[in-house]
Amino acid sequence: MSRRQSLSLLKNLGRFTTQTRSVTYMPRPGDGKPRPVTLIPGDGVGPLVTNAVEQVMEAMHAPVYFEPFDVHGDMKSLPEGLLESIKKNKVCLKGGLKTPVGGGVSSLNVNLRKELDLFASLVNCFNLPGLASRHENVDIVVIRENTEGEYAGLEHEVVPGVVESLKVITKFCSERIAKYAFEYAYLNNRKKVTAVHKANIMKLADGLFLESCQEVAKKYPSIAYNEIIVDNCCMQLVARPEQFDVMVTPNLYGNLVANTAAGIAGGTGVMPGGNVGAEYAVFEQGASAGNVGKDTTEEQKNANPVALLLSSAMMLRHLQFPSFADRLETAVKRVIAGGKCRTEDLGGKSTTQEVVDAVISNLN
Amino acid sequence: MTMASNFARRLIGNRSTQILGTVNPSSSPTTSVARAFCSSTTPITATLFPGDGIGPEIAESVKKVFTTAGVPINWEEHYVGTEIDPRTQSFLTWESLESVRRNKVGLKGPMATPIGKGHRSLNLTLRKELNLYANVRPCYSLPGYKTRYDDVNLITIRENTEGEYSGLEHQVVRGVVESLKIITRQASLRVAEYAFHYAKTHGRERVSAIHKANIMQKTDGLFLKCCREVAEKYPEITYEEVVIDNCCMMLVKNPALFDVLVMPNLYGDIISDLCAGLVGGLGLTPSCNIGEDGVALAEAVHGSAPDIAGKNLANPTALLLSGVMMLRHLKLNQQAEQIHSAIINTIAEGKYRTADLGGSSTTTEFTKAICDHL
Repeated sequence: MSRRQSLSLLKNLGRFTTQTRSVTYMPRPGDGKPRPVTLIPGDGVGPLVTNAVEQVMEAMHAPVYFEPFDVHGDMKSLPEGLLESIKKNKVCLKGGLKTPVGGGVSSLNVNLRKELDLFASLVNCFNLPGLASRHENVDIVVIRENTEGEYAGLEHEVVPGVVESLKVITKFCSERIAKYAFEYAYLNNRKKVTAVHKANIMKLADGLFLESCQEVAKKYPSIAYNEIIVDNCCMQLVARPEQFDVMVTPNLYGNLVANTAAGIAGGTGVMPGGNVGAEYAVFEQGASAGNVGKDTTEEQKNANPVALLLSSAMMLRHLQFPSFADRLETAVKRVIAGGKCRTEDLGGKSTTQEVVDAVISNLN
Repeated sequence: MTMASNFARRLIGNRSTQILGTVNPSSSPTTSVARAFCSSTTPITATLFPGDGIGPEIAESVKKVFTTAGVPINWEEHYVGTEIDPRTQSFLTWESLESVRRNKVGLKGPMATPIGKGHRSLNLTLRKELNLYANVRPCYSLPGYKTRYDDVNLITIRENTEGEYSGLEHQVVRGVVESLKIITRQASLRVAEYAFHYAKTHGRERVSAIHKANIMQKTDGLFLKCCREVAEKYPEITYEEVVIDNCCMMLVKNPALFDVLVMPNLYGDIISDLCAGLVGGLGLTPSCNIGEDGVALAEAVHGSAPDIAGKNLANPTALLLSGVMMLRHLKLNQQAEQIHSAIINTIAEGKYRTADLGGSSTTTEFTKAICDHL
């Protein structure tokens, strides 16, 4: 092995074992005061995985404490104190809420996003070292408009047997999601933003979305911008995912693209994500956010906590506690790379608790 | 002989070609009667749209393979015109459409829609005029052409007339646009019926309806209701419903989980292209559009590739496999199987492959190799 190869090998090993920071993070006095975070355990496997996060936070002595609220997917509306709590704390961690299919209840996941105006949903899909998947070099961030589009919820029956659903696209929402996508790319040193659309068929609606993206792109000349039609996009994701960097999409396409990207990178059980608005942020499992797992997973208690643990690392960075975020991320990556402690969806046999214990024991 | 075969055809009726499409030879006496009369005698007339760009070359390829295999088809070729035909408001002439309506079966190469206003897109014209309501795409891993997925074997059936692609959009006020998604009971029932019928005649065990009814409760809810109604009539076929985001994720992780998928328009568009990507891209994907009154128009879904047009480099596999689908629809199963095996074996062997599959053969060499395998 040449000297250069052995040096880079050592550097990679170093990334796993010790955390070396050359320039330190200097907090303001008082930044270490514990921050309150609203916690929504949710339905199905939600309580299991949020409990995992609570345990790990405690083991790290992280400066956060949780204010839990009991919310279930079949409630007619969000409970009283919940919105006040989130507005006070500004940050929330959430498990999935199960929406009854075809019933008269509108999705509480969607309601929460609308009430708090969390207009951007972000999913980070990347290959985890040690976790085999069919695609290499995946590092995609999908930024999805979260409030309008196909999920406007405006449906009605015109005559019996004919139903209409309105897809609404506004310049205001398209512009702000495009601005957020480019700002995110700029702040995270990303090189390319791709807009996903179907403007060849939906000329006015997706055309308006594209126009907004093009205008914002002009203000960031150092970031490359291109557009891709959604069906071609899915095909390219399956064939050559390394060509994508940051993707900005309207509501429905974002859902599909995020889930496809999560699937090719290793599965929805491990991808972190969150929803952010101008004032509040809610962190939850990245893709398939409303997913509450199968009944068997809930019974056997082998839900995968990795996605929510990585999302809570995102939350710690958002709260400006970088070293706690780094420690958590490193510990989780070590457990995955080790290969011994994995839940069923990753091909292993461990329970949630075993994974949590492994993460805690791997903390620096 | 001709009178007898005509008599047999009238006996079974025109819809028989759709209903008894690909049933096993031993299943019913009427089909074997039809087979005895139709298989080697009266040639069937089919419409052929070679299309633009690489279209004419790959259409030549299909004609050559079919002739070598002894397929009794007479081709009626039609081209896209250079002027807008006022009767159809597009570049497709009224005669072309009448030809498909008369023959009830056709094969279409890639067509490039000319840019400009004042006319409908070519695909839209075909779809509306011929009432093509279901788009069927079988996706299976080609043995010998390795992609990241080896065990894909599924069919996507997509509702082709309504849904999000109704084209009904308008600007409410400046900066606010609305687009209508329409779901009707009639169209959903029609495509669900076709999906289950297809599953039954092709020996498939499971039909999955793909939806997002937890958010779009009335529209996708109506689609699901129709699928459930049809499912009750086919108790031997397992029916399940899968939310689309879950479906995307499962497809890229483990495509062997799916068998037949039935979906509304937009989801169908995305999922069928995703599945095409799993097996190697649009250059290898066959497709067939089913219309009312037993009309079937098989087509190659890739583009017209103007950059390699006329250079003998194009890959005719998609159009050939679509032609095979057309043959199966016409109950010419023996020839269909022959040609299908020849194509699979040629690709599996690896000696003759076109540039897009990583080889260096020309279209004519590839075609000749397939003919040799027959």
